[in-house]
Amino acid sequence: MLDFFFGHYAYWFSIILFSIGMYGMLFKKTLIKKIIGLSILQSSVILFFVSVASKVDATVPVYDYNIPVENVANYMNPLPHTLMLTAIVVGVATLGVAFTLLIAIYNRYQTLDEQELIERIHD
Amino acid sequence: MDISIVPLLAILVSLVAVPLILFSSSKPNLREGWTILAGVIKFGLVLSLLPGAIDGQTVSLHLFDLAPGMPFELAADPIGVFFAVIASGLWIFTSFYSIGYMRGAGEKKQTRYFASFAICLSATIGIAFSANLLTFIVFYEMLTLATYPLVIHKETKKAINAGRKYLAYTLTAGLLLIAAAGLTYYYTGSIEFNPGGIFADANVPHTAMLIIFILFLGGVGVKAGIMPLHSWLPSAMAAPTPVSALLHAVAVVKSGVFAVIRVVGYVFGTDVMASYGLNDILIVLAGATIILASLLAFAQDNLKRRLAYSTVGHLSYIVLGVALLTPLGMQGGIMHIAAHATMKITLFFCAGAIYVNLHRENISNLNGIAKVMPWTMAAFTIGSMGLAGVPPLNGFVSKWFLALGSLEGEMVLPLIILIISGILNVGYFFPIIQRAYFRKGEGLENYGEASPFMVIPLFATAVLSIFFGMFPNLFFNFFDLATSIAGTLFTGG
Amino acid sequence: MIETQIPALIALAFVLFAILIPVFSLWRSELAQPLAVVGSGLAATLSLFGFINYLNNGAIRYFFGGWEPPIGIEFVYDGLSAFMVLVINTIALLVLIHSKHISKREFPGKEMPYFTMAMLMMLGFNGMVLTGDLFNFYVFLEISSLASYALIAIGEKQAPFSAFRYLIIGTTGGTLYLLGIGFLYTVTGTLNLIDMSAMLPMVADNTAVIAALILMIVGIGVKAALFPMHGWLPDAYTYASSSSTALIAPIGTKVAAYMLFRIVLYLFGVELIDAVAPLTTVIGVLACIGILYGSIMAIAQTELKRMLAFSSISQIGYIIMGLSLANPFGFAGALLHVVNHAAMKACLFLVSGNLRLKEGHTNITRFDDSFRKKYPWTMASFTVAAISMVGLPPLAGFFSKWYLALGTIDNENWLFLAVILVSSLLNAVYFFRILEKVYMKNPDAADKETIAADVKRNEVSTSMLTPTIILALSLFVIGFANAVIVGFLMNIFPMQ
Repeated sequence: MLDFFFGHYAYWFSIILFSIGMYGMLFKKTLIKKIIGLSILQSSVILFFVSVASKVDATVPVYDYNIPVENVANYMNPLPHTLMLTAIVVGVATLGVAFTLLIAIYNRYQTLDEQELIERIHD
Repeated sequence: MDISIVPLLAILVSLVAVPLILFSSSKPNLREGWTILAGVIKFGLVLSLLPGAIDGQTVSLHLFDLAPGMPFELAADPIGVFFAVIASGLWIFTSFYSIGYMRGAGEKKQTRYFASFAICLSATIGIAFSANLLTFIVFYEMLTLATYPLVIHKETKKAINAGRKYLAYTLTAGLLLIAAAGLTYYYTGSIEFNPGGIFADANVPHTAMLIIFILFLGGVGVKAGIMPLHSWLPSAMAAPTPVSALLHAVAVVKSGVFAVIRVVGYVFGTDVMASYGLNDILIVLAGATIILASLLAFAQDNLKRRLAYSTVGHLSYIVLGVALLTPLGMQGGIMHIAAHATMKITLFFCAGAIYVNLHRENISNLNGIAKVMPWTMAAFTIGSMGLAGVPPLNGFVSKWFLALGSLEGEMVLPLIILIISGILNVGYFFPIIQRAYFRKGEGLENYGEASPFMVIPLFATAVLSIFFGMFPNLFFNFFDLATSIAGTLFTGG
Repeated sequence: MIETQIPALIALAFVLFAILIPVFSLWRSELAQPLAVVGSGLAATLSLFGFINYLNNGAIRYFFGGWEPPIGIEFVYDGLSAFMVLVINTIALLVLIHSKHISKREFPGKEMPYFTMAMLMMLGFNGMVLTGDLFNFYVFLEISSLASYALIAIGEKQAPFSAFRYLIIGTTGGTLYLLGIGFLYTVTGTLNLIDMSAMLPMVADNTAVIAALILMIVGIGVKAALFPMHGWLPDAYTYASSSSTALIAPIGTKVAAYMLFRIVLYLFGVELIDAVAPLTTVIGVLACIGILYGSIMAIAQTELKRMLAFSSISQIGYIIMGLSLANPFGFAGALLHVVNHAAMKACLFLVSGNLRLKEGHTNITRFDDSFRKKYPWTMASFTVAAISMVGLPPLAGFFSKWYLALGTIDNENWLFLAVILVSSLLNAVYFFRILEKVYMKNPDAADKETIAADVKRNEVSTSMLTPTIILALSLFVIGFANAVIVGFLMNIFPMQ
């Protein structure tokens, strides 16, 4: 049992981050905090991908004279890392759009508190 | 089977007239000219199919696929031609009558009225000539949609409510029909009408068969006015009278009973109907409808509503005739389509003429009107006598065959129902005639007979019903046609 | 040899014009809209050309840079994707033609960013349809989503907030999808759809596979507004500008639904899924609830755009239901409904755009019979589209319901059949309610004619009217030609 827990600690870490992100998005009243939650959520998935790529006793996927290329087990898988570079870019773009929207909302309603915002919209 | 483009042309004629009617909106005479021209051409086209139909031939036209394996196909078989002749023939009368009525009553939006009217006729002929269920559904829904503007024509609160009720009933019916057609396709792999029935060779569980039959019955029963699906019909009497006349005595409800014949004879087949015991359901429903509708007719003071309930009753005569599953009964049912059409249209025309001329629509106000409107009331008398089954009018012939049919099927109950309802018919029509002829009227001094546009058509249809009563084979050989249709359905096609 | 390059060219057309529009708009700002029309016109022409090429020569697998999978990324131009790009690009072309006057009225001075975003969004949608790589799909999904958040935020005062809500929900959906493909990648070691579908049966008993599938369905379900993940849709469609809604509503949800088809039918296959869990049934039941919920909510609305938004939720349900049936009839019915609904909804939203431009509102309670005199052609188009939505023959909407009904019967799924029939009636309620108002005088106004004598014909300009009428007429054409379309769709059904 303990082994199961510690053997997959990277995954548990992702799950905890994921839950924190979810919590932030669902229960925080300020829209900025919701975006922070969203960002944490995305990070958890990125970390998950990166941890998938890791191998015990393997090195970075840069050609090393001491290790022949055929010996793939000694190199980490580079693909998830490259994928995550794209995902990070996507995440940054999302943040940009989200903050732009927040500025637009603030200019129109002078608040970023969800409760107040809904009240002002319905007025 | 011969290929002919005539059935398609017969449908398209009045559709082509629609844009012409719309564009001549500002010139009423031209607009009505198109209506009548289309009517005459259509009738001519349909008549040209009649000789072939009497010989039992079918001409068909396969146009394109509506769905893979389900073509858009038209087939002018004897029963289809029979129905088309009646519908298109009476359209000409109604067109003339409409001109008189609509102008006399000063109705608004006459262009919309005549345009919808033309679409309705196309749809009705389409229903008559559909060769398979999907084509049939297309035209059936088209009829529903085109009738809606006619029902709400007056745009009063009552009319709009009637329109909603009408849509609620008929759209639901259309959906049931779609489900039924789908199930038919699932069990048999075919949706093509044929005289032996689609289900003839299919091995379908009893419950499934029952459900499919009930779905079909729900689908076609609404338009056929079978109780308890009839209640839209009296409400729809809020429409102008020519609409009630043509659509609710001829096109819509007759499409309903025509559909019943299609379902019984061409989808299930008479053998399947009998072996699954499905016809018993129909007999019970139709019998109950006949009696109840006749009783309810007594309670109506509004003339059109009384006629509406009478229509509900008479439609079930036809359904009953079909449900007897005997050649003579079937023949009687088919002939009653023609008989009821000519007589009921006469009665509605009379009711409309009285309304436009005297602005009276309740039976209690009709005292003494025979003095000012002698021709109209004469026609009314002929029509109501005919419906009551008095010889030598054409209602008698069809009832006679219905009675023979129930004897042939060795069933007594239908016979008793026929007799009782005949008496009830006399009961609810006679007071009208009695008031018109034998009571003294008030406030009638300044009125005369209605406009000739209305009187001539209504009198012509009355005379027609006498002629057809005495000589059933006159002009169109309806009698022979009905005999041969009934023949094909019972020899197994 | 241009035929083999078509898959890339379609997407590149939008990239090109996304660059050209800002450049030319610096010089003359009124050039933005014509350029967008040219761009989508180019893409639509290429799609048509490519579709014909597909019919003659078969599918194309386009490897970017000549790198074959698993190293490179590919575009798969098979029957399904060729069909989809043709539909979405044609609709986009018509909507963009229509948007000329609306853009001047609803967001003056912002034409350049608006049409650039529209191009980027279309790039995303086309990429989603064409790509043969799961991660690449995620990238295109985010491109289209980010552009659509921006497009939705251009609109009424509330629009940025509804766009923000959509952003939160949509990004969560995207992230779940990403997590799902992470699971699949760890199990199969590939991201290519074709490779993965060959490998999945070998690892089917791994729980990660089914978890991945659920995550992906939830993630894409958000974008497709599959019940109960539809919450973002009504606000987003209502407050966005008329042309944004007309562009996003007919296309966006369909593309997501298309991806569900790819994943459920092509990648996994129904047998593999149902061997593990009855997921297709769950999706079907959700779709049914969505159909009924959308229709009932639509009846309760008084704002035309909001009503149409709820109706979209219900119509998406039909498409997903067809997917869950997983038989040729259901498949053909669902994809036919993609075309039908795209055309119908685009037409209806264009009508609502026309009304907003002329009347300044689309509040149903204020509709009256002067509309039919002022906008005869707009209202005629509305009538045709509404009747098609109700599903009356011979209009297009009838046939997709007919095939879906046949599909439910084929599976002996009577519940779904009943849902299809009932929802048709509900559709009739909310559309005939409007038709009654527009074509009849108000009966409460006693003898007085409700049309004021001075009401003049005030129809919208040709550039707005033509797309509206073309879409309405296309419903007749699709209705009569549906056998051809369905014949084609049944041929490409993946599980013979």
